[in-house]
Amino acid sequence: MDGLDFDVAHLFAGGLVLVSFMMLYQDRLYALLNIFALHAIVLAFSVGWQAYIQDAPQLYITAAIAIVFKGIIIPVALHRIIQRLGIHREIETVIGIGPTMVLGIGFVALSLAVMLRVTAEADRLAREDVALALSVVLLGLLMMVTRRNAVSQVVGFMSTENGLILAATGAKGMPFVVEMSVAFSVLVAFVVIGVFLFRIRERFDTVDAQALDRFRRTRE
Amino acid sequence: MALIHDLVVQGGQLLLVLLMAPLLTGFVRKVKARLLRRRGAPIIQPYRDLARLLQKDVVLADNASWLFRVAPYLIFAATWVAAALVPTFATSLMFNWTADLIAIAALLGSVRFFLALAGLDIGTSFGGIGSSREMMIASLAEPAILMIVFTLALVAKSTQLSTISDFMLSSHVGVRISLGLVLVGLIIVAIAENARVPVDNPATHLELTMVHEAMVLEYSGRHLAVIELAASLKLLLYISLIACIFTPWGLVRADAGLAAYVLGSAAWVAKLAIGGALLALFETVIAKMRVFRVPTFLGAALMLGLLGTLLLFVSRSL
Amino acid sequence: MSAFPLDLLGLDALNAILVIPAAAAAVLALVPGYRLGARLNVLAALLTLAASLLLLSPDRPEPGRYLFVDDLNVVFIILTTFIGFTTSVFSATYIAHELKIGRLTPQYLRFYHAMYQVLMFSMNLALAANNIGLMWVAIELATLTTILMVGIYRTHEAVEAAWKYFILASVGIALALFGTILIYLAAQPAMGGGVDAMVWTLLIDQVARFDPALLNTAFIFLLLGYGTKVGLAPLHAWLPDAHAEGPTPISAVLSGLLLNVALYAVLRFKMLLAANAGALAPGPLMVTMGLVSLLFAAFMLYRRRDIKRMFAYSSIEHMGIITFAFGMGGPLANFAGLLHMTMHSLTKSAIFYSVGHIAQIKGTQKIADIRGLTETHPVLGWGLVLAVFAIAGMPPFGIFMSEFLIVSSTFAREPLLVIPLLVGLLVAFGALLLRLGNVAFGEPLGSTKPAEASYVPLYAHLALVLGAGLYLPPMLVSWFQHVAGLLG
Repeated sequence: MDGLDFDVAHLFAGGLVLVSFMMLYQDRLYALLNIFALHAIVLAFSVGWQAYIQDAPQLYITAAIAIVFKGIIIPVALHRIIQRLGIHREIETVIGIGPTMVLGIGFVALSLAVMLRVTAEADRLAREDVALALSVVLLGLLMMVTRRNAVSQVVGFMSTENGLILAATGAKGMPFVVEMSVAFSVLVAFVVIGVFLFRIRERFDTVDAQALDRFRRTRE
Repeated sequence: MALIHDLVVQGGQLLLVLLMAPLLTGFVRKVKARLLRRRGAPIIQPYRDLARLLQKDVVLADNASWLFRVAPYLIFAATWVAAALVPTFATSLMFNWTADLIAIAALLGSVRFFLALAGLDIGTSFGGIGSSREMMIASLAEPAILMIVFTLALVAKSTQLSTISDFMLSSHVGVRISLGLVLVGLIIVAIAENARVPVDNPATHLELTMVHEAMVLEYSGRHLAVIELAASLKLLLYISLIACIFTPWGLVRADAGLAAYVLGSAAWVAKLAIGGALLALFETVIAKMRVFRVPTFLGAALMLGLLGTLLLFVSRSL
Repeated sequence: MSAFPLDLLGLDALNAILVIPAAAAAVLALVPGYRLGARLNVLAALLTLAASLLLLSPDRPEPGRYLFVDDLNVVFIILTTFIGFTTSVFSATYIAHELKIGRLTPQYLRFYHAMYQVLMFSMNLALAANNIGLMWVAIELATLTTILMVGIYRTHEAVEAAWKYFILASVGIALALFGTILIYLAAQPAMGGGVDAMVWTLLIDQVARFDPALLNTAFIFLLLGYGTKVGLAPLHAWLPDAHAEGPTPISAVLSGLLLNVALYAVLRFKMLLAANAGALAPGPLMVTMGLVSLLFAAFMLYRRRDIKRMFAYSSIEHMGIITFAFGMGGPLANFAGLLHMTMHSLTKSAIFYSVGHIAQIKGTQKIADIRGLTETHPVLGWGLVLAVFAIAGMPPFGIFMSEFLIVSSTFAREPLLVIPLLVGLLVAFGALLLRLGNVAFGEPLGSTKPAEASYVPLYAHLALVLGAGLYLPPMLVSWFQHVAGLLG
């Protein structure tokens, strides 16, 4: 049933964009982690649905990895890290939440306009997935760039990865890259969290990247 | 004969909303009280309050202008008309060609305008605070409403409420995320417009938290009665609006028998009750927001509307 | 008839350049002592170099689905393994000093050596990859290892530099992967799905049938994504900090090798676009980014007070020149660009070798505190002078030739563009020589203890650059010309 296939895929992909916006809206760290877990769950549903309609059972593994790692393990691990290191839990932004959301809508509109025009020859589902996936990627990058708190930058990075996985599953039959990107994103997440947060903690008390920036002026 | 029948039905709707409004307000207060483990006032208490106020004298400030005296009636009239236009138990009313979402939004806008002016009229600081906050909320709520109307119009290809309800009842709807976004956006706007927690507390008179109450602080007697009735009508309007767009089951379509009308009315009363109970639950669970966070909250409604439109474009152009 | 045996320890040469670093990394992660680790590092690099030299044989293996060798990547593979080897020699003596002054602890040294070999592995993999997804993975792995190594000193500034590098690299990684997915999407209608639609040698045969609009969009994403790793302005912000705060061998490898590998990735996709008639020429975009980088970096060279930071900006400048050359297109400019990539790697790494020794001797990286090197340390001082002459583009060094070719080909095609190009080159030239004058000559300042280092890598590189300036081996010329033709 082509109509239902498309509508449900649209529902999940649109939901992913919505949750990305919800992440941009947050100003508390714990709430952000919970919304990120939701992001991973919506991604898992989306990938699972793609697996079902494309008849590609290996994508079910990707969906399972998304739920288990990004939906459960990483938010819990970050939660514990925040508690243990005493990282302060308000998220400072470079520009206010309002302008960030406006920029976000601008990015979404831009990516939809560009991608829908450019992919005129591909099939419906792939076009929609790639267009909405680019929106999620850009929103994740926006989050990385407009936050000062290192943990929220890591969360932005992981939501960008989710968008890329959405794009890769939308392109039918793309081999290996899905598993590889999942593996690397897990690797990166662990390396970054483990190595940097602990190294940073040893030196000073906050993971605020602006505090990291304090010595910038003296180095020319 | 048909004309008289239609007039009767339309007149019936007009009176029905007027009569049910205070009952709805009383019901919401009662549920809230029960949730807070109080006994609460009886459901018909608002009627008694209105009767009491009507019998009292009006106390006017010396420098009150004609606007101050006329505004309550203007507000009441506009709200009553808007509430009467929203299909409650039937979509085949005589004047349903005027029941356009944009017309309703415009009527409510004019209500807000007169209310804000009345708040500024006497020159007290409370009134000024209330009016300025109300306008701040309005500057985001209005665009949000328009985006919501736009999205609905794109989906149902019309801004007439009866057409929209018919469309939602039909099978062309499908699973649409844009409608979900519109629903959440509409709920947020409804909360802001009706001065409910978390945007504004209808039961408080503390300066820090007043918006609507601040604007009507100087009113007394029959003026205050009329304004309070208008506020109840607005709440009824919004709940009926959400019900007729998103839960249109039970609405009487074309000319049907008396049984259908009774069923439709019963369905409507049930929807009101459920909506009121959910509102009371929501108000009890959530805390009031600080005033400077309200624009962000309403901005979220605007974003939801915009996002709904964008996602609709995606699915329509493919 | 092949004069070179293609087997090394029973392995195909192409696999050998990957297996040796990977195995070495595993071993080095376990080896305790510093001396043994450094020696194993050098040995592994030497073996990899030997394996890659076997690729010079005219008998090339058939392109597999994952790995292949062609005229473009053979030069860069050999260059990478060579510079990897010389840097490992440099690093062996450099790190001993760092260990002595306590900037690095022994357990981090194991990490350092293992990561070094992982970096070599991933760069070789990226160069030899035939699968565009595999290339992306390899470049991401290389970036990750360099991020970890930039932060290895664990000071405040080092951690900040590594974090900034991570954030910007993530932006690049995401955009590059998206571009890769779009290429796959473009290939899918013409080639069906599956692994074959990502194999470069198969793609280049079929690319004329792809949708041009999609290819254009994909290339923009790829240029922005991989361009972040090349250090093109305005995406360069990570580069100066990463060079200044990381250990000097890593700065050498970053500037000399990783920037090249990222640019190589962009070139592969440019070749795809060149073969599709309907695709927009990506030239103007690359020309603009190249010129902006060149001019920006050239002016920034004047205000730098940290010597490593200054040479980092010099890297940005040269990458700008190379991108400009490839953007101009045409056989001569492409040839010049390829030659410049090679010469720049050798020269820049030589510069960082000398800078590393200087920083160790003087104990500081500030230019104002370093003076009179030719008097106190003649070998090092004159080596620095020669290296800076080379990087500034003086004849008879190799960079002069490639810059001359770029300028003349630009003059032949777009004479107006020569003006900003020459302005940039001259401004950079002036800045470098000015600073060189301060550092190398004048009254000696700072400590004068002898350097405990080997000058062999430095002079070896300089000799190669000088030799290339005077005489280019014909095999190299023919490979570059062939590739220049393919680049469009």
